[in-house]
Amino acid sequence: MDHQTLVAVLLLAPLVGFFINGFRYRKHNHLVAGAIATTMVFISFVCSILLFLNLTEMKEENRRIVVSFFEWLKVGNFKAEFSFVIDQISGIMILIITGIGSLIHLFSIEYMHHDKGVAKYFSYLNLFVFNMLLLVLGSNLLVMFAGWEGVGLCSYLLIGFWFSDESKAAAGMKAFITNRIGDAAFLIGMFILFLQFGTIDFANLNGLAPSTPTHDWLNPLTIACLLLFIGATGKSAQIPLYVWLPDAMAGPTPVSALIHAATMVTAGVYMIVRLNPIFMAAPNALLVVAIVGAATAVIAASIGIVQNDIKKVLAYSTVSQLGYMFLGVGVGAFGSALFHLMTHAFFKALMFLGSGSVIHAMHEEQDIQKMGGLKKYLPITHLTFAMGWLAILGFPGFSGFFSKDEILWMSYHSPMGHPALWVAGVLGAVMTAFYMTRLMALTFWGESRVPKNIHPHESPALMWIPLVVLAILSVIGGWIGIPHIISEILPGHPANIWEHWLNPMITKIPGLAAANPQEEWTLMGVSVTLVLLSSGIAFIFYGKASELPSKLSENFGGLYRLLVDKYRVDEFYEKALIRPFVWLSENLWLHVDVSFIDRCTHWCSNFVKGAGAMARTVQNGNLQQYAMYMALGLVVILSYILMR
Amino acid sequence: MLLSTIVFLPIVFGLILLAWPSERTLRPLALAFGLLEFILSLFLLHLYDPSTPKLQLVENYLWIERFGIRYFLGIDGISLWLVLLTNFLMPITILASWKAIEERVRGFHIALFVLQTAMLGTFLALDGVFFYLFWELSLVPMYFIIGIWGGTRRIYATVKFFIYTMFGSVLMLVALIYLMLVTQEVTGQMSSSILDFYKLDIPFIQGQFLSPQSLMFFAFALAFAIKVPVFPFHTWLPDAHVEAPTPGSVLLAGVMLKMGTYGFIRWAMPIFPEAAAHYAWVFLFIGAVGILYGAWVAMVQPDVKKLVAYSSVSHMGYIILGLFSMNEYGVTGALYQMLNHGISTGALFLLIGMVYERTHNRVIAKYGGLAGKMPMFALFFFIALISSIAVPLTNGFIGEFLILLGTFKAYKAVGAIVVLGVIFGAVYMLWMYKRIFFGKPGELVTHDKDHPLHDLNLREILVLVPLTVLIFWMGIFPGSFLRLSEASLKHFIANQGNYQLSVLEKESSYPMALKESNYGN
Repeated sequence: MDHQTLVAVLLLAPLVGFFINGFRYRKHNHLVAGAIATTMVFISFVCSILLFLNLTEMKEENRRIVVSFFEWLKVGNFKAEFSFVIDQISGIMILIITGIGSLIHLFSIEYMHHDKGVAKYFSYLNLFVFNMLLLVLGSNLLVMFAGWEGVGLCSYLLIGFWFSDESKAAAGMKAFITNRIGDAAFLIGMFILFLQFGTIDFANLNGLAPSTPTHDWLNPLTIACLLLFIGATGKSAQIPLYVWLPDAMAGPTPVSALIHAATMVTAGVYMIVRLNPIFMAAPNALLVVAIVGAATAVIAASIGIVQNDIKKVLAYSTVSQLGYMFLGVGVGAFGSALFHLMTHAFFKALMFLGSGSVIHAMHEEQDIQKMGGLKKYLPITHLTFAMGWLAILGFPGFSGFFSKDEILWMSYHSPMGHPALWVAGVLGAVMTAFYMTRLMALTFWGESRVPKNIHPHESPALMWIPLVVLAILSVIGGWIGIPHIISEILPGHPANIWEHWLNPMITKIPGLAAANPQEEWTLMGVSVTLVLLSSGIAFIFYGKASELPSKLSENFGGLYRLLVDKYRVDEFYEKALIRPFVWLSENLWLHVDVSFIDRCTHWCSNFVKGAGAMARTVQNGNLQQYAMYMALGLVVILSYILMR
Repeated sequence: MLLSTIVFLPIVFGLILLAWPSERTLRPLALAFGLLEFILSLFLLHLYDPSTPKLQLVENYLWIERFGIRYFLGIDGISLWLVLLTNFLMPITILASWKAIEERVRGFHIALFVLQTAMLGTFLALDGVFFYLFWELSLVPMYFIIGIWGGTRRIYATVKFFIYTMFGSVLMLVALIYLMLVTQEVTGQMSSSILDFYKLDIPFIQGQFLSPQSLMFFAFALAFAIKVPVFPFHTWLPDAHVEAPTPGSVLLAGVMLKMGTYGFIRWAMPIFPEAAAHYAWVFLFIGAVGILYGAWVAMVQPDVKKLVAYSSVSHMGYIILGLFSMNEYGVTGALYQMLNHGISTGALFLLIGMVYERTHNRVIAKYGGLAGKMPMFALFFFIALISSIAVPLTNGFIGEFLILLGTFKAYKAVGAIVVLGVIFGAVYMLWMYKRIFFGKPGELVTHDKDHPLHDLNLREILVLVPLTVLIFWMGIFPGSFLRLSEASLKHFIANQGNYQLSVLEKESSYPMALKESNYGN
């Protein structure tokens, strides 16, 4: 098949699945609906592999496949084609999306089999995959934006999937509106880039990016990059717009795995990597990206420590890990950020699906205080979850180790980085180790606290097969990006395939010094030691001496409450933004619209009426009065003539 | 003769309905007439030459010689789509009124057809007086539609609608007469043809509001601003919409509001170019305020129809903004948004009408959980909603995107402020959607076991499908629409300050038009 057909099939297969399941939304058979949807995504996966293989066969200088379907919008100089590009960056993204997407679709078949709306569920899930592909394949900002809003819409539909629960519907709305705030900024960012460069095509934009960076905060480029980043904070749940993601856990668990861990939330990172030459020309914007990323990594991790809902822990963990990716792009390590994006997609999708398996086994119970000792009942889930745990910890050799370590190293080593960013990164990693170990200990290890009426059981094969595949990827997924200093001591000196592959697409960091192996080893040693220490403490706290945590929380009551209340950010937004706006709107309506503007029109009409009433008194048909007017008139005229 | 046929055929339909003997076949006949008219107007697409901004299919006869008043019809890329929008919405409206209108069916359809003629005439007339006749004529049938078939406060609403609009129109009439007098002064022959108006050089004194051009501009602009309606002249709209029957709301929002924005682009802006440019800030300001104000006030409306009415104020603000940004993006977006608003808001009013026919209530708080009872209805509502909040791949996005781009290009600060409308638009719509469709079943949804809420029937689906198709078609292939308007819009942008239109000659082969073909030389 030629490229055009392959790309068309890749994109349209999930869309076809959406329509098929959408039209049979009343059907309840989970196997049929699931088979259709999974097949469609799998077809896309096959297309992705074929396209990727084509890509590898190409020469490095022009390693890209561009396919254009039709002209979407052309007005004046503004031109946007419905065209798609597969290159080193998007090639990886489509593999992640369709690969992990297939696994999650497969997992969903059993997970959703009690649900009456299963066909609707799968149609939404397929629609999401279509939009996500649109987002990463689009060869210009407008097509990307179409996917960008499209995934937001699917996220809205899937978070509020069980809409009869009002809080779930509200969570969906919150997600969409928070995203919209980012999208509005994204639009303006796009406008500035277009007015600046006269194009919105990625290849042209990146080609036109000035080679000398601007350090002016008010330079249009800096502003555009900052606005695009605000868009990214919405989609990728960063400070200050991260608040929607924890609430988004209201959706079915596989949705959390696919949309709110592996794919959609990484769109912001992808966007910046895609535009990396532009962002490199605006280092001030990147500085903001790095700071926000690091801050999000730390703050979200700290909230994760005290959460008791298994999905909420993972949600804050996702926010925190996304912070790492932004820290990576912020210091110019675009390749490392993308690397972490991929490994995170493996292990976080794994852990979300694992939590789904636990929730399924626990009959919809999500509170880890009511779990414990599940290792015995869910051996496969436990084992695979443990792989994810080690990966996110950054245990040497596991996938997360390589990607996270690279980001930490670059945040210190890159001239755009700073030791403080490294410290923040390590602090986040330490807290991550703590809350993840806590999660493991409370869920799978120790004494069972499972309520008597619940009998946990291992999930069926359709659910654990995806877990096993993702577990394997979580272990070995990092081996394609082994850093130089480690590969030196390994037998055969495996090359850093990842770096080599992405190299042509990534702007070099100006003034990057050669790595000092000693420094690199030391930093790595420090962070790994601290992480292991932190997990050890967490293990003792929650596995052995279970009275310690409650003592601690009593002693630091204020801090503990603050964390449990998630720094009261939601409450702050409610008080500072939402209520004032509702108040303003109500007053505008009642006191401006009804009582003033509308009343003005009534005054006008009353004035006319009044004037008419006055004029009417003059013409009342009374003959005597008319005679008097005539007499008066005569007097006036006569006096005028006489006095002249 | 095609344009005359298109404009006046509906009146003929009305007369036929008047004399039609059978009550029972009235509705199907009216529907057939509506479809016939729509098909007829599709010929325009075939005959229209998109390569030129010139006026086409022109019919131009001297009507009242002494005053130079002409029977002058013509079409270009600006009016073309508005004519099609009108004729597209009409059969849909007729089909939708099957249940909504139960009394005086005959009279109702006659009023609809008279209204159609008036609206089409407004878009196609190119003579000032002729235009004014259609403009005013459109008030009469709408006055009756609201006043006879409306809700409980219908008399108040319809009188307010009539007088408010009339007030603006009268000022326009004064300005029109002034323009005619000027033509006499300049050329020696009085004329009310728009082509002669375009040629006039009306004195404009910078910074002086009382210069003739500014005054005339505001006289026209006020009439159009009330019709649009632009904040703060919008208060007739919520009342009119809430009281109007569903078909009335659809045509009011779908087509009649566009008569105002069309008036700006066809009459007020090109005839008074200096004043329009000089006072653009006024309209940018009230347009921008209207976008946010409309969205905020819409957010807290307890009545769903009122909510959509205020959303119209917000959306029409975008159109005004696009027009007065005066660049190709803004103006193109504005024209596109006129069509989009007709389709998405038309669809929303139709949908609200459908659920109202079942529950006889429009209070949002009394709904809830409707998606569980009426899934298909929820789906169509959602599609209209995403078009209204401008989600990409729907028509609304193209219009809003172009308008925002145009505004931002012309005035950075204004563009940056009104982009907030993108957020608030989503807020009021999604919040409303949540309260009506999600959550526990509300009092109207659980209530009444004898009259369960049925999902959409075939007729209702037929009403909604064409709109849904257009929403996506216009969102994915905007080129197929914009292509036909491109030349006219380019001409409009390129000739600001000295806008002229001429007549495409090949249409003058009509024997009667031949006599007039040397017109304008």
